[in-house]
Amino acid sequence: MTGKVVTITSGKGGVGKTTTTANLGVALARLGQKVVLIDADIGLRNLDIVLGLENRIVYDLVDVVEGRAKLRTALIKHKSFPDLYLLPAAQTRDKTAVSPQDMIQLCNQLRPEFDFILIDCPAGIERGFRNAVAPADEVLIVTNPEVSAVRDADRIIGLLEAERKGPGRLVLNRIKPDMVRKGEMLAPDDVTDILGIKILGIVPEDENVVPSSNSGIPITLNDNSRAGKAFHNIARRLMGERVPFMSLEESGGFFKRLGRIFSGGGG
Amino acid sequence: MQDQLINIKGVGDGLRITLDEAEEWSNITALLASRIDQQSAFFSGARVTLDVGARPVRKDEMMSIKALLDRRGLTLAVVLSDSQTTLDSADALDLRANVSAVPAPEPVDGLAPFNPEEEGTAGVMIRRTLRSGRTVRSAGHVVVFGDVNPGAEIQAVGDVIIWGRLRGMVHAGAHGDTNAVVCALDMTPTQLRIAGYLTTSPQDKRQKPRPEIAFIRDGHIVVEAWE
Repeated sequence: MTGKVVTITSGKGGVGKTTTTANLGVALARLGQKVVLIDADIGLRNLDIVLGLENRIVYDLVDVVEGRAKLRTALIKHKSFPDLYLLPAAQTRDKTAVSPQDMIQLCNQLRPEFDFILIDCPAGIERGFRNAVAPADEVLIVTNPEVSAVRDADRIIGLLEAERKGPGRLVLNRIKPDMVRKGEMLAPDDVTDILGIKILGIVPEDENVVPSSNSGIPITLNDNSRAGKAFHNIARRLMGERVPFMSLEESGGFFKRLGRIFSGGGG
Repeated sequence: MQDQLINIKGVGDGLRITLDEAEEWSNITALLASRIDQQSAFFSGARVTLDVGARPVRKDEMMSIKALLDRRGLTLAVVLSDSQTTLDSADALDLRANVSAVPAPEPVDGLAPFNPEEEGTAGVMIRRTLRSGRTVRSAGHVVVFGDVNPGAEIQAVGDVIIWGRLRGMVHAGAHGDTNAVVCALDMTPTQLRIAGYLTTSPQDKRQKPRPEIAFIRDGHIVVEAWE
């Protein structure tokens, strides 16, 4: 195997990098891929929480880089998916504990054993970003349909181009079809118009995402969730499949139906 | 015959002297001396931009030609050459040195002040979209073959031409040239400055994008169709 290193980044914080990383990891594992997720957000780790693996951490990324633990030992195997692993971030250190060169070496060690190595990049454009991007074969840029998030994504794409890692592909997260229809939210076309890069996936806003992240069960495991379905589709596209985009109109209809059911049921 | 070996052109208050690349150095300096002597009244006091093309000029040769010009009341100000030897020699004598060909398309920060009369129409050409966070500063004109996204900035001493959408910040005539212009295929800058004037794009969504040109008229920046 020669694993592909995919870095998930955004520039702006809070747009859904960690949620995207966790869900793509789980979705790829469900599709039979051997996957390792690396949390590169040293000092602010939370990929472990979203995956429900917080209580299993013994060693972390910095322990491996500084030679206190073997890579094999530090990897945490997911309880439900034996082919899904996590290398957690250190919580008590900062980004300077690891260098871009360390990350490249680490990924080279992992490549022979995995199909996909997904790196959850910290917010920002400093050392943590450079660490996460250095080993990448491909970069996914997560953004929201908001002017500020798109602005930061644009900055990131510029930096990726300068590092010859660009331009990357876009994951447009938390889109609300109703608001787009009313012209209150940027449409996918508006976003690509500015960024000029390909969209890998569009993930609709879904209020089930927060509780699922809190409980450590990524939304893509919920077959009734459109966000979950969207992540599943993105995983298939990452594997090279051609999967048509879900229509936003259709999802609007779905939300309306769902709304009716809820309001009916709740009285 | 001489004219082919030495070309002297008046540019503003200065002279641009282009020397043949291949002719024997001693020969060409002698020729240059006699050319200047013939018209000394005309040339006296001028600042000289010397273009030697690809010829490598050693430091002692550079000193002698500088002295030659000095004696005739001319000041050697700028040396243009593609030869690193020449550029190094010019550097050693504290002369401004420039490659004679158009510089690399990548913009360089902190260029020396631009003197259009000495350097002609220097500028940078950028063949891609400028994304947020990118700053381009040029001592000459700037041409962008792509978009200028919000959050990107261009500062040019000369004009700015965007063959694409202008949505970032542009400052043309950054050293105070009120004749500078800004052109774009779609003009919706975050902020537009020409010399000491400043304007922003109207808030209302425009109709169809059209090529426009911005310039100063009667103390205001005006934007008109670019035809």
